[in-house]
Amino acid sequence: MEDHISLLLVVVPLIAAPVVAVLPRGRSAWAVAFIVAAACAVLAGMQLWAVLTEGAISYELGGWAPPWGIEYRIDAVNAFVALIVAAIAAITLPYALLSVEREIPEEKIPLFYSAMLLCLTGLLGITQTGDIFNVFVFLEISSLASYALISLGRDRQAFTAAYQYLIMGTIGATFYLIGVGLIYSQTGSLNMQDLATLLPGVLHLKTVETGFAFIMIGIALKLALFPLHLWLPNAYTYAPSVVTVFLAATATKVAVYVMLRILGTVFPQGFALTTPADELFIVAGIAGIVIASVYAIYQQNVKRLLAYSSVAQVGYMALGIGFASAAGVTAALVHLFNHALMKGALFMAVGAIIYRIGACRMDQIHGLGRAMPWTFGAIVIGGLSLVGVPGTAGFISKWYLVVAALEQEAWISVAVILMGSLLAVVYVGKLIEALYFKPVTDTGTAVSEAPLLLLVPTWGLVFANVYFGLNTDLTVGVAEKAAAILGGMKP
Amino acid sequence: MTDFIVGHYNYWIVIILMMVGLYTVISRGNLIKKVIGLNIFQVSVFFLYISLGTVKEGAAPIIAEGIEVYSNPLPHVLILTAIVVGVATTALALALVVRIKESYGTIEEDEIHNLDHSL
Repeated sequence: MEDHISLLLVVVPLIAAPVVAVLPRGRSAWAVAFIVAAACAVLAGMQLWAVLTEGAISYELGGWAPPWGIEYRIDAVNAFVALIVAAIAAITLPYALLSVEREIPEEKIPLFYSAMLLCLTGLLGITQTGDIFNVFVFLEISSLASYALISLGRDRQAFTAAYQYLIMGTIGATFYLIGVGLIYSQTGSLNMQDLATLLPGVLHLKTVETGFAFIMIGIALKLALFPLHLWLPNAYTYAPSVVTVFLAATATKVAVYVMLRILGTVFPQGFALTTPADELFIVAGIAGIVIASVYAIYQQNVKRLLAYSSVAQVGYMALGIGFASAAGVTAALVHLFNHALMKGALFMAVGAIIYRIGACRMDQIHGLGRAMPWTFGAIVIGGLSLVGVPGTAGFISKWYLVVAALEQEAWISVAVILMGSLLAVVYVGKLIEALYFKPVTDTGTAVSEAPLLLLVPTWGLVFANVYFGLNTDLTVGVAEKAAAILGGMKP
Repeated sequence: MTDFIVGHYNYWIVIILMMVGLYTVISRGNLIKKVIGLNIFQVSVFFLYISLGTVKEGAAPIIAEGIEVYSNPLPHVLILTAIVVGVATTALALALVVRIKESYGTIEEDEIHNLDHSL
């Protein structure tokens, strides 16, 4: 079985999805989905361990040798990202049980979990595959599943949010497809490793440059890189709580991974520097951090506030990629992991509030922090992590990012990173003020603490925020190994 | 010059379709028209791939006696996958439009916008 881990990670959730869809009851569907997600997390952990101890894994699908057959190629980079995705899924599902029963009609629950597993299949598939066309297929599997998941939100705006995401997501995926086609036309290959050897010979061609540009824009759309983020705030705001938690912690992260893979493995290291790509990343990153953070401050809906904050966090990762140095890539990967932890924890805590009061507008949550102390505690620690207070995971990200920026003597970026933290203080502060210091609005009924089943996964992620803020062996260690593979994109 | 234009006629078609599709998606406020635009946009990419697979004097890639040169079958196979993805996307988009029509009573973007913000 050990030889087939890479394939099992994709096949197990894929086969489980239709099984779950035909199960008669919501609870049994949940149980199967949870077992599958937990199994995937264990498999992803084993895979990362195998890669770290024995080096990169190459799995030939159906025994067809690459570059003709599809190859799954796993090294420290994608093993790390696959573990993040699978682990978040395994933590989200226990949380899902009650939250989904509250937000989704009973007869749709099996279908909901089926879509969730398909989304997991797609995301894991993107991380596993070593074939750029296969990436497109998995990208669309995960995207189609997430459009359906988002549309299950309770407000009718969920439909328009899902529709908007579908249009922009499909344009992004099609741009990626055009880019892949143009590159294929000049190299005749789709295998990433094979392309890495073939592309240096044809880099001077306009077709390849155009293909590169199409791929970058296409992924930037999926990544919600400012100013291509317009689909994200609505999608995160109106999706069911569980879907927001899962997508916020995984979907954009996987897109960051694809971006790094194209820049670091498929194209020769340093190629991006001959194009305007790296400057664009820095400009988009800076603009994203500042503008999205300011937007976040003025939001009246807590989920939308956090969604804009996500756009800003993507900006930090774009900065790391834009620095194009080993330190920058390390910072981007560390932040990718840490941001999954903090946004996961925060969206879970907000989901717990929605579970209790059925809404999350700023004026409806006044004083709730005192009625729901544990949920409130999770928001405080998650918020501190978002700001980057020492002792939390967020601090580690900011630290590595600032170090990478100083190394490049990019003073504006340093200033922006620090300013981003200050802006985060403002919007997190606003949230805490509403939750704790504003007088309780009289709703007639007393609100009690969220159920244990919601609190335990939330606090699991909160503890992870603190743990990975103090012990950075796993995150930074693996990210440095990964950055060594992707290379500083600067020679 | 004429050779360049005529010789690449399939690519001109691709570019025109691509622009028509993308422009429709961006400029139209009707949700169904947007989906149609998206489809035209995707179809242009299918044409692009099929064009890439052409080999001069090549026959259809089915092994038969007396034929030496075949077209490249791989882009065709890739595009079969992309067509499936496109169909699934269209189906999902239309399903969403149906639900939007049911809950808003309109499929015009600006009217939906007004309905959401007049509450």
